[in-house]
Amino acid sequence: MKFKYEIEGGNFSKAGNASSAVKKILKQLNVPPATIKKLVVALYEGEVNVVAHAWNGCIYVDIDPDRIFVTIEDEGPGIPDIGQAMQEGYSTASQAVREMGFGAGMGLSNMKKNADLLNIKSEVGKGTTVEITTLLK
Amino acid sequence: MTVNEIVEGLNLSVFGGKKGLSREVTGGYISDLLSDVMGNASEGDIWATLQTHKNVMAVASLKEVAAVILVKGLIPDEDMLAQSNEEELPVLGTEMETFELAGKLYGLIKK
Ligand SMILES: Nc1ncnc2c1ncn2[C@@H]1O[C@H](COP(=O)(O)OP(=O)(O)OP(=O)(O)O)[C@@H](O)[C@H]1O
Ligand SMILES: [Mg+2]
Repeated sequence: MKFKYEIEGGNFSKAGNASSAVKKILKQLNVPPATIKKLVVALYEGEVNVVAHAWNGCIYVDIDPDRIFVTIEDEGPGIPDIGQAMQEGYSTASQAVREMGFGAGMGLSNMKKNADLLNIKSEVGKGTTVEITTLLK
Repeated sequence: MTVNEIVEGLNLSVFGGKKGLSREVTGGYISDLLSDVMGNASEGDIWATLQTHKNVMAVASLKEVAAVILVKGLIPDEDMLAQSNEEELPVLGTEMETFELAGKLYGLIKK
């Protein structure tokens, strides 16, 4: 089963809509609640990162009996140093975004903790692709 | 303990999500950083914050917290309130500062 959602950079009023839609589908598919909880954390963080840091993006969700594979692809500034970005507390979020309670620099580490496999590729000036794998077996 | 029992115990105002007042509260979490809540709050927590915008509801709903409490007399933005009603996830309010609220909440929930 495959699903696709679009994400608008900068539009915080829609941030989380895709994650919420995916959560509903996983519940309907009777995916174990603990698995849903973990994937939702990783997915939401990825979705908000596109909203907060990139120009636009897409989420692709591919569900099969063994695993859920999520790809979050964006067009945006990219991440120059992924190792640095992964460190808890590192953030380039703007003041306005921080005032909303984002920009703690915890998103990527939340993703790391809640994904079975996390893979990030990025090209400066072009965009970022995040792959999250959640194993079902 | 239900959300409603906490509302009555601490004399909180109910801004929205009245239909969710019977939700069960199993703990509490206090933070104004959304990724911190995303990473560390648990289902069934009551969440106290000073953030009053719609993204609070997105996080609250994805984490399935029992309710949100706004501190220091803060009032939810209109779209936050709309989502609270839609999802039947209560948004509550108090004049108390976070420190005082936290102490009282802890006393109630851990009893
Ligand atoms: N999709 C992306 N495009 C460009 N830069 C990104 C992207 N995702 C993350 N980053 C960079 O990595 C940094 C760390 O990301 P992370 O999600 O951990 O924290 P944050 O988004 O700044 O804050 P938080 O997630 O706690 O609200 C960001 O501040 C940003 O510089
Ligand atoms: Mg982030």
